[in-house]
Amino acid sequence: MQFSKVSGKNNSHKVTLYALSTCVWCKMTKQYLNDNSVEYEFVDVDLLDDKERNQVHEVIRSKGGELAYPTTIVDDKTVINGFRKDKLKEVLNL
Amino acid sequence: MITLDQVRKRAEADAKTYGYYLTPQPDLLQMFIEGLKTNEDRYGYASCPCRLATGNFEVDRDIICPCDYRDPDVAQYGTCYCRLYVNKAVFESQNLPEVPERRPIEKQERAYGAAAAKTAPTQEKTETSTTAQPQKTEVKKKLWYCKQCGYVVYREDPPYICPICKAKKEFFAEITAGVLFKG
Repeated sequence: MQFSKVSGKNNSHKVTLYALSTCVWCKMTKQYLNDNSVEYEFVDVDLLDDKERNQVHEVIRSKGGELAYPTTIVDDKTVINGFRKDKLKEVLNL
Repeated sequence: MITLDQVRKRAEADAKTYGYYLTPQPDLLQMFIEGLKTNEDRYGYASCPCRLATGNFEVDRDIICPCDYRDPDVAQYGTCYCRLYVNKAVFESQNLPEVPERRPIEKQERAYGAAAAKTAPTQEKTETSTTAQPQKTEVKKKLWYCKQCGYVVYREDPPYICPICKAKKEFFAEITAGVLFKG
């Protein structure tokens, strides 16, 4: 699966964002991460083929997340469903 | 191809019909309109911009905007799942609440490899997980009628609520051929 990487000064956490290219709250999340110079990688799930979608399903469900967008996974363990500024702030120490 | 203006006007007209408002922040609204247009160009119907669609009309029909879940969500939370449609109180407060997903998980999961099962059945299980269970995309449609108002619909499941009289899903019953022809 091809992730797009966005570099930033805040790179102490591994931040993976599962998004939809059409989704407003995904765009807001990307904007928030950009504004705070957070380094992250993202993938737009609606542009993936079925095999890759299946992998996304596996990753999100195995970490106890819901199949909602955006879903942000921090350090491969903390799952944040939705655009939750408060949670992102707390987990990423912003 | 549909224009952004057409998508916006359609949403405005629909909000007006139901006594709703569109999301109060203009920049957010613009993004919703763009998302809906993208999906309409891509699939031929304006699937929900906040949910993962399959591209199969019958499978996605409950999430074509305005989705099946909008009315109960606006009634309960003051806004739909996306927060595109809001009620007056939310519109005036500009405070958009979080709305949990009301769409059943079985329906959500059909967007994760269901088409693969259809086009490449032998490869279906190669990289799949133990949790992902892609379901068949074959949709068996039936005739349903609303016992409260008589509204009839031909689709896989009855709507979440009756679009005419707002009766709950439980008020729908299947129309069988026997009933049709005996009557």
